[in-house]
Amino acid sequence: MHASLHVLKSFGVTVGRFIESYVDDLKWILKGGFHMRYSPAALPVRQSVKARGVFVVQYPQERLPLPERFRGFPFLIEGRCTACGTCARVCPPQCIWIKRAEDPETGKSLRRPESFFIDVSICMNCGFCAEFCPFDAIKMGHEIEIASFKGGDDFLWDLQRLTRPLSYHAQIHPTAYAEEEREKASKKKEE
Amino acid sequence: MAEIISENELLAQLKERFPGAVEAAPAPQQGLIVAADRLLEVAQALRDEMGYTYLSSVTGVDYPQATNGLGPRFEAVYHFFRRSGGPLTVHVHTDHDNPVIPSLTPLFPSANFQEREAWDLMGIRFEGHPDLRRILLWEGFDGHPLRKDWKEVYYEQDQKPFDSRYPAGKPVRAEERVPLGNNLRYPPGWSPSDWRPLADVWGYGPHDEVAGQKNPRHPADRMVLNMGPHHPSTHGVLRLLVTLDGETIQKIEPSVGFLHRCHDKIGERNIWIANIPYTDRLDYICSMTNNLAYVVAVEKLLGVQVPERAEYIRVIMSEFTRWMNHAISIGFMGNDLGIYFTAVLYALEERELILDLFEMTSGSRMMCNYMRFGGVAHDIPEAGVTLARQLVTERLPRFMDKLEKYLTHNEIFRARTEGVGVLPADKAIAYGCTGPLLRGSGVPYDIRRAEPYSIYDRFDFDVISYPEGDVYARYKVRLGEMYESLKILRQALDQLPEGPIMDGKKRHNIKVPAGEAYGRIEAPKGELGFYLVSDGGPNPYRYHVRSPSFVNLQTMNEMCRGHLIADTVIILASIDITLGEVDR
Repeated sequence: MHASLHVLKSFGVTVGRFIESYVDDLKWILKGGFHMRYSPAALPVRQSVKARGVFVVQYPQERLPLPERFRGFPFLIEGRCTACGTCARVCPPQCIWIKRAEDPETGKSLRRPESFFIDVSICMNCGFCAEFCPFDAIKMGHEIEIASFKGGDDFLWDLQRLTRPLSYHAQIHPTAYAEEEREKASKKKEE
Repeated sequence: MAEIISENELLAQLKERFPGAVEAAPAPQQGLIVAADRLLEVAQALRDEMGYTYLSSVTGVDYPQATNGLGPRFEAVYHFFRRSGGPLTVHVHTDHDNPVIPSLTPLFPSANFQEREAWDLMGIRFEGHPDLRRILLWEGFDGHPLRKDWKEVYYEQDQKPFDSRYPAGKPVRAEERVPLGNNLRYPPGWSPSDWRPLADVWGYGPHDEVAGQKNPRHPADRMVLNMGPHHPSTHGVLRLLVTLDGETIQKIEPSVGFLHRCHDKIGERNIWIANIPYTDRLDYICSMTNNLAYVVAVEKLLGVQVPERAEYIRVIMSEFTRWMNHAISIGFMGNDLGIYFTAVLYALEERELILDLFEMTSGSRMMCNYMRFGGVAHDIPEAGVTLARQLVTERLPRFMDKLEKYLTHNEIFRARTEGVGVLPADKAIAYGCTGPLLRGSGVPYDIRRAEPYSIYDRFDFDVISYPEGDVYARYKVRLGEMYESLKILRQALDQLPEGPIMDGKKRHNIKVPAGEAYGRIEAPKGELGFYLVSDGGPNPYRYHVRSPSFVNLQTMNEMCRGHLIADTVIILASIDITLGEVDR
């Protein structure tokens, strides 16, 4: 084949893909209006192995769901942390600072943190803190939009910023939460 | 061809030939200790008579205190390989105050960059090296960072975890402790204003070897062109100093180190397990195989048994990584040829689905941090297995057919790649090339076959090799390996057993017995090796990465000479480098 025909043929590949993408869009629009293109019904199909055409979505107007195991930044579950320091020890870039709470009268250490800082500008999202926490107190959240104009101190998250209720964990990690509850229940039974 | 003899026999033979110069290294070290003054003779005998033609890794270790019955010393550590089987480790000792070792570069060109690296980071001088300059750091850098007594400006403590973090942690930023302006230290008597980069002196200064030959009276014949570090087709921040005669390339000198972060030093500060997420950042396209190489090396020291299911998951993940790497490598090669972004975007689209699999399994798309010592971090979910099956049986073969249809027999593609950047087999071995670059030169050497790790000895697959040694042959090797990866994946998914994914409980404070290990795997780009020395402590004593991109890059000059500028780009693409791995 002549070289120019090859060029034409390769243009054809691109044009074919272009048309394919819009045909797929049209198919979903016809099913129920413009918003159907990236609806929860359409996304699992359009992002799957069966997808035709491009699978780009118009972020931030449209978003893809994050899988349950997604590792964003760590958060603390209310009332679980005992300030044992395991997370601070395994943290590869050493971005966790913990101060153990002490009883002001006796000076004995209490089983909770007085302050807890994570510098998320250093955090490398490896998830070791969540993986090795012996009390299931620290988990990897799904928060990804943390841009800030100020920088610096905005990225130094303190105890208040980090703490979330247990229901938040149950909501973003349904399978893992159910698993944990099952394990706890079976442990109680043994006792 | 030398016959394959056992290591004990080898030691006996060497002892007989070089009395007093060769001895077995005392446990827990492995291999031999060779006297520095006889190193060249021993290396030549190893290469020419005993079949150790391939020098894989060169590095140094600093022992400032007397250990192991030996005094304070620097050790250069070499790893030689032959056609199959494990490494021959050669230790060469040298004085701690004035470390000098004869260079192996004249015998093994593959030592060139690695000896420069050892000089740069460790300060071991290699006598007889043709060009012993710093390679990763610049000339205004004070000291040799991998020496045990070297401290960075931000220095906090020798080993992590830092005491300041717990139990009374108060956050302080490194930038607050060391403000801008104080975070730099020059060597004594060195001033930045008088500095002229050595690379530039080489590039623009008088250079008889190149300029003299052509026309001694008109050195202006020669032109030096700077490609990069900000050039779209150098695949990152790579700078190439290209000496041109007209448009013909006379010499190419890669200048690297723009992404250098002293990965080795960070690794020696970290506890053992904390290095896994750091290895993700080496070759950021293939984080799964980087993880695997590191855990394979540590498991050699630990001696743990990996459960069946975990082994299968490891193979599945690494083969998907290989497929993905080759797909985007071919895509970017198209990009560099002027198939502007079509090929690479199609490849990235398939990669998207593989990344979905990685994300739902490990929690991250690119920085997977997935392998652990003795297993993997999470089990592969049910949906993941289904997705993997669909990918392997439906989607990926369809893409491969397209790739073959549009590229393999494409007239333009072939005209640009056939006969370009030829690397003969003997040169490829001498330069220590691995991966598709070596197999594209007609050497069917694949670590999955030559020294099987994990469970690769159970799968039926072919080692793809083409004898031409040009860019097109490398493309065909990659394409063939993609088919082989799918073949392995189909077998692994069919045989995937049920069972545990970790050997025992997950632990972060593992105890690694004292010793040394060199673990290597066939990463998509070539041999990725980790040389580890443990002193039994919570941190590695020495942590060295032998990266395929760095070693393969040495062949640039060999392959580009006599070609045109436009061919450099495509030759570079055919080596397939990632700068995160070159610069470490």
